[in-house]
This record gives sequence, C-alpha cells and structure tokens, in this order.
Amino acid sequence: MSDYADLYQAILEGNAKKAKEVTERALAEGADPLELLDRYMIPAMDEVGRRFDCQEYFVPELLIAGRAMETALQLISPLLAEGGGARAGKVIIGTVKGDIHDIGKNLVISMLKGGGFEVIDLGVDVPAERFVEAVGNQENIIVAMSALLTTTMGYMREVIKALREAGIRDRVKVMVGGAPITQRFADEIGADGYSENASGAVGLARRLLGLASSA
Amino acid sequence: MHPLINELIAKAPVILDGAWGTQLQALGLPLGVLPDKWNVEHPEAVLRVARSYVSAGSQIILTNTFGANRANLRRHGLAAEVEAINRRGVALSKEAADGVAKVFASMGPTGALLVTGELTEKECEEVFTEQADLLAAAGADGIVVETMSDLTEAQIAVRAAKRTGLPVVACMAFQAGKNFDRTIMGVTCAQAARTLLEVGADVIGANCGRGIESFGELLRQFREVTQAPVWLKPNAGMPEMVEGQIVYRMRPDEFAAYVPQLVAGGTQFIGGCCGTSPEFIRAIVEELARLRSSKS
Repeated sequence: MSDYADLYQAILEGNAKKAKEVTERALAEGADPLELLDRYMIPAMDEVGRRFDCQEYFVPELLIAGRAMETALQLISPLLAEGGGARAGKVIIGTVKGDIHDIGKNLVISMLKGGGFEVIDLGVDVPAERFVEAVGNQENIIVAMSALLTTTMGYMREVIKALREAGIRDRVKVMVGGAPITQRFADEIGADGYSENASGAVGLARRLLGLASSA
Repeated sequence: MHPLINELIAKAPVILDGAWGTQLQALGLPLGVLPDKWNVEHPEAVLRVARSYVSAGSQIILTNTFGANRANLRRHGLAAEVEAINRRGVALSKEAADGVAKVFASMGPTGALLVTGELTEKECEEVFTEQADLLAAAGADGIVVETMSDLTEAQIAVRAAKRTGLPVVACMAFQAGKNFDRTIMGVTCAQAARTLLEVGADVIGANCGRGIESFGELLRQFREVTQAPVWLKPNAGMPEMVEGQIVYRMRPDEFAAYVPQLVAGGTQFIGGCCGTSPEFIRAIVEELARLRSSKS
C-alpha cells in the first residue's frame, strides 16, 4: 500500500478538503479502506486527543479535526459496512431530559467516531425511556449521557434506574460527562465511568468495553 | 473608563449578586424551562429573587436575561418573546433595586458555535445587537457579557453592548486545561483581558467555571496584563449528589473566607455564580465589614 501520510496530516490539521481529496485518491488507487482507517485516520484522532490532553489543542481544534475525520469516514464507511461496521463498539448517546445543550455531546460523538465507534445519537432533552428503547436487546454496548446544567445532571440517575428496572443495566456500560459532572458524582449515581473531556471519552469507552487502547 | 465604573470602583470592593436559576427553582421553576421565560410568566418570582439580593447587600444586581438572546430563545421556541423577556427582565431588576442598587443586564452565550459555522459572525452580531439595544432601552445601568467560552463570540457581544453607550463588563468562564485556567475553547485570562478590553470592555472578569478556590490564580493572571477593574463571580465549589439531591457543599462562610484574598489581589467587583444564594452575599458583606474594622 502506498503511503497516505497526507491523510493523517489532513485530519490532524483539521483540513477537511485535503482529507477528502487524499481519501478519494487513495480509494481510486485501490487502497484498502480498513487500512486507511487503522493506519492513518484513527491514529490521527488519537494524536488530536493527545494534543488536547497536553493543552496544545482545544475545543476548536477538536471540532475541525473531527469534521475532517467525518469527511473521510463518509467516503470509506459504505465500503467498510460489509466488513461489520462498528469495529470498536457501539455507543448510544444523548443529552439528558431538560437539557438542550449539545456542544459537549457533539464533541464526544466526533471523538468516538474518530476512534472507530459506531455512535447512535439520541439528540438532546432525552427521556429515560428513549435510552432504554435504544438499547433494546443489544448487549456489550455503551450508554453515554451528557448534561451541562446542575439542574439536569440529577436526571442521569433516573436513566440508570430505568435501565435497571428494564432489566438491562448489566448488559450495558454507562458513561457520563459534562461541565458540572465529577468522578465522585459518577460514582454516586452508579455510572461505570466518567470522563472530564471529549478526548478522554474515547479511552474510557475502550476500557469499558475491554478493548485495547490503540494509542 | 466609563464614569459609572469610576464612581463604583471609588468605593470598591463592590458587592454583586449570586445565582438566579437555582433560586427560581426553589420557587418552582420546573426542570428544563428556560429561567428567562419567567420574566413574563412569573414576574413575581423573578422580582422576589432580585429583591432578596438587594436586601442581602448586593450593590449591583443582574437581570434574568442570561439566555434571552434570539439564537438561544429560538432553540426554546421563544424567539417571538425576545423583546418582552428582555424588557421585563430589566424592569423587574430595576423595581427590586429601587435606586439602592445598580442594575447590570446579563448577556450569556448564544449556545451555537461560530467555529463550525453553526452561527455566522454576522448573525451573532445581529443577535447580540438586538439584545443589547433592548436591555439599554429598558433602562439598564450597564451590561455584563458573561460565561463566554469563545473569544470571537465574546468580542462580538462586547462590541454590541458597547455601542449602547452603557458601561460593559466582559466575563469568560475559565474551567478547562490542566490548571483549569482556560475556557473550553482554550482562551487564557491574558488573551481574554487584552482582547476584550481592546474592543471596549470597561471591566474584565471571570464567572462560573470552577469553584472560588481557583479564582485567586485567575485574578493573578488578569493582573499580569492589565490594571483594568476586575469582576469575579465564582461558583461555590463543584456540585455533588447527596441523597438524590444536587448540592454545593460549600457554606456561605467558607465561600466568604476567600473574599479578603481576592480583594487584596485586586478585584473591584465580587459576587457569586452557581451554588450561591443571598446567604452567600450576606456572608461576603459581613466578611468585608470585618476586614474594614480590623484595618481601622
């Protein structure tokens, strides 16, 4: 396979136009889509996450890198679908009822997709029963919740309770995040994990599903 | 410097108000309802909160208009009420202030991202210009642009507020990064101060973000780059869940105990944000009185 390091660079720099061009060229030249994902795209997003952790990158950089990643993913995902879609695992995510803030949630989605996860976005103002419905009879998946307001964070506990009452709490891992959320709060409400930011959410999701970190 | 700010800081430290949202909730504001909506639906409750801060000793109170810009109201299906919500918001605070306190009108973020093009800079400018003009026309004494994360959005809001001729306070929420001293968009105190003062802010500041224990450092970083007046409205620590309720464990006296060092560090305006109440303002008043009497 030829070297498509340009794809890695384009995502890292958040250059969606270049990411699209290189991906199109690579596919036209017969590159393996799975290898593009594993060798360039996911490592690029891992590096974006690392730079975020080191305070070299902030939210704007995460956003534009995520967008470049998304552009490339759109080109290769139809080709990957037959290979089994969600290779890293599946995440059902939403901002909880009463809260319509979606910036944090969307960042997490972008980073999770960048990490190879299949993400089902339930949107904002999501009631407990919609999380339960979305899980259905699936197992070994993640339910991720976001809240920006101290007035809505308490609802996360209601969602966990609803999962328990539906008898499906043990089949999923629950992770939570948002400005007022702390590890202590996550422990209190019985969540399986908490991440302080979007880049940490990827590593957390991998750990919760027992996947090796690719970093 | 705006003459009103000069007049106020001559008697610094100036005591601000505390949180509104949680106070309105205690009066029955349901989960998920935008607090600003209550300016028209339950003005008596909003007035009660405003009065509770005036009687606690706030020398400046804000208005219940934090989320009342058209972009945010639209998201809540309230775009048609932008004028009524802002006008009533100022009127209620003025009624409560009754000439004793000043009324600085609150302008929060649009909730939309400029960096992704979700909102263009031009739209953002229209949204803030509309709100600032409504607040000024309703008789606010000043405008506080607060809880900003994006420096471009903050600049647009400050410029719009400045065009009204009122004094303008520009605050961002610093809570991200290793040391919790940047906004989630990566803006530092130094960048915020330089940029927002340059576009016309009279006062620079920090609100919300982390707890009051982190504000001494933010103040120090402001003071490294400017001698402009500083406005601080910290949270009462971080929220926790206790027996099913979201609580801020910090007590008013614990919060107020940080105030003398912030005043010594050079802040001219001090109040509270999430987790604070009129009791916190009372505790600040007492703490500052003690400070004065121990000096004399």
